[in-house]
Amino acid sequence: MEVGVMKMVNKEKLNLKETELRLGLPGNDEEIMGKNLTLNSNGKRGYTETVGLKLNFSGMDQTDDQKEKNLHKEKTPAKAQVVGWPPVRSFRKNIMAVQKNESEETTDKAGMGGAAYVKVSMDGAPYLRKVDLKKYTTYQELFDALGKMFSSFTIGMMDFMNESKLIDLLNDSDYVPTYEDKDGDWMLVGDVPWKMFVESCKRLRIMKGTEAIGLAPRAMEKCKNQS
Amino acid sequence: MAYSFPEEVLEYVFAFLSYDKDRNAVSLVCKSWYEIERCCRRRIFIGNCYAVSPQIVIRRFPEVRAVKIKGKPHFADFNLVPEGWGAYVYPWISAMARSYPWLEEIKLKRMVVTDESLELISKSFKNFKILVLSSCEGFTTDGLASIAANCRNLRELDLGESEVEDLSGHWLSHFPDNFTSLVSLNMSCLGSEVSFSALERLVLRCPNLRTLRLNRAVPVEKLPSLLRGAPKLVEFGTGAYSAEIQTDIFSNLVEAFSGCKQLKRLSGFWDAVPAYLPAMYCVCSRITSLNLSYATVQSPDLVELISQCPNLKCLWVLDHIEDAGLKVLSSYCKDLQELRVFPSDPYGAEPNVSLTEEGLVTVSAGCPKLQSVLYFCRQMSNAALITIARNRPNLIRFRLCIIDPQAPDYLTLDPLDTGFGAIVEHCKELRRLSLSGLLTDRVFEYIGTHAKKLEMLSIAFAGDSDLGLHHVLSGCESLRKLEIMDCPFGDKALLANAAKLETMRSLWMSSCSVSYGACKLLAQKMPKLNVEVIDERGHPDLRPETCPVEKLYIYRTVSGPRVDKPDFVWTMDEDAVLRLS
Repeated sequence: MEVGVMKMVNKEKLNLKETELRLGLPGNDEEIMGKNLTLNSNGKRGYTETVGLKLNFSGMDQTDDQKEKNLHKEKTPAKAQVVGWPPVRSFRKNIMAVQKNESEETTDKAGMGGAAYVKVSMDGAPYLRKVDLKKYTTYQELFDALGKMFSSFTIGMMDFMNESKLIDLLNDSDYVPTYEDKDGDWMLVGDVPWKMFVESCKRLRIMKGTEAIGLAPRAMEKCKNQS
Repeated sequence: MAYSFPEEVLEYVFAFLSYDKDRNAVSLVCKSWYEIERCCRRRIFIGNCYAVSPQIVIRRFPEVRAVKIKGKPHFADFNLVPEGWGAYVYPWISAMARSYPWLEEIKLKRMVVTDESLELISKSFKNFKILVLSSCEGFTTDGLASIAANCRNLRELDLGESEVEDLSGHWLSHFPDNFTSLVSLNMSCLGSEVSFSALERLVLRCPNLRTLRLNRAVPVEKLPSLLRGAPKLVEFGTGAYSAEIQTDIFSNLVEAFSGCKQLKRLSGFWDAVPAYLPAMYCVCSRITSLNLSYATVQSPDLVELISQCPNLKCLWVLDHIEDAGLKVLSSYCKDLQELRVFPSDPYGAEPNVSLTEEGLVTVSAGCPKLQSVLYFCRQMSNAALITIARNRPNLIRFRLCIIDPQAPDYLTLDPLDTGFGAIVEHCKELRRLSLSGLLTDRVFEYIGTHAKKLEMLSIAFAGDSDLGLHHVLSGCESLRKLEIMDCPFGDKALLANAAKLETMRSLWMSSCSVSYGACKLLAQKMPKLNVEVIDERGHPDLRPETCPVEKLYIYRTVSGPRVDKPDFVWTMDEDAVLRLS
């Protein structure tokens, strides 16, 4: 990429044309525009080329080679900070720097682009799955999704929310959704507000009912009272 | 020729003319009209403080009540103008203090304002009402204390985004107890905590308070008492919008917001926690302007808030909003006129949020009144730009910043010439344009051909040769301000279009290829221009004439070379100009 031409301005040989004020189009005088002009076959930039442009949106001007070059074009080092670029006001830069430092201390589940993927295992299933908790806004939505994911297995999760089925808690065929929280404890899904759950859940495990006894003391109480 | 209209009648008629353009036209009709007009002009706008001297202004307009003056070039916002370059307001204040005792209003942008200037203002103008300092610097909170203590009729104090040396928050306590005229206070740029009780008492005793923009140091639990004290607020800026989640703070805030029936504009929200955003829901339906550009909340929370603001006209937000959030914006906010999306991590190598060109395309499709855009993103395509141009031919301001310099169309690897070409072709009323990405001389051809109403153009890392600059200078008929950084533009286009420069307010070129010799030549040809070479490497005479200058600032002026230059600025051909004058 050629940089603008810098001619030796020798005062004795001052080329008056250089200083001539022209209000017209660059048209026919090649010298003024120097060697950087892209010339067509007759060596001149005609009127139609300058003013009578028909915009060609198919972008066919560049060859594939040139396009490749565009990728590797010699850039001002982008990673090194160029003064004045990107054009963010210092006022804003200072604020953002402070906020970034503060937020780095309290990293939450957000990660990349605000997703919150956690592993989901289901007892007896041959493989694990992953769900993005941020995709849902309620427990019911999560259970519906999990239900679809593990549809080939017996699903008792939706029933779990239904009190009358609690009595079947200890039955082999029912499953209980549990999760491991930030402290490493295994908790029953559904006790805390949704947002709090999303923030503290590290992984999900859909347990067999028989193994879930210790996690559902309230359910146990109810069973006892009803029987 | 004797006039049948007495002067007083003409004066009365001229009083209805508020636009400078109209008043300027009137003053050209004949000498008599010139004389009448100049004596009754009350408002003056000076776009470049060095284009004219205070003496010339005062001589022509003796009865001015309001001045607005701009100083440094726009690129000073991005640290391109070295410290100490100029734009001192003191000479203006001192001249006006002698000649305009009835001055009521001073609005300054990008000027250096000292405590001395502020003190002089506070003591010289008995009826002083409005002080707006936008992106200014050079003063401390002591200067503010003078204003507070002495301006008995102050209505508006707006510190914009100025850099203030914050010695303490004590300045606010200098407003006397019998001071009740405040209508607007914007102290959002200050760091220190002001005395809350002083602030509260001030708010309570000023019944006409309509704008209150607090600084970060005011905690969220203090907001309810302020809001309750100013129920007629139209514009409110919070402080830091975060706290431990406590239900009583939350409910107090909800109640206080709901008491503000006229609230239309909100800003602040530093460190916002999502849990407190719902406190504003009760006012959302009336909100027309929302500045969330300091709130690092994630897209879902932003979306919840925005979807409740059907009357939103202006939104400033961080790129946390992401494409998904912009989609919601486009479907709920059909009145949207202005959108600014700022980068949360401009120096990061990788994108940290899912915001692409898609978001902007969606908004351009869904918001029919959109006319003003500032958008930072990391990828763009010609196709997207063409779609935006076709969707929104009513765009007036289009500023696109693709963060990676010279980034090509990410789909085709072509330059973005045709995309921006479509913007200028379709948006016939475009007044302001900022380019970015990979661009050849071609884009300047399109701009020169189509952008006939363009007044301000910002260019960086673009073009191949002088031809690019020539297209702009020869084609853009309405061009007033041109700012260029890191482009291969040299002497030829500049010299060939020298006359154009006298029709513009200013031209800034940094890290380009304009030689010292060409600068001197230009100044010789155009005595009514100040051609300032800014070079921190020492006097340009120490280097060959062909050596490019670091920075160049050219502006038209009627007051010759300025006398307050620092040692790294030279006005070309200064001697010749001084000899001629």
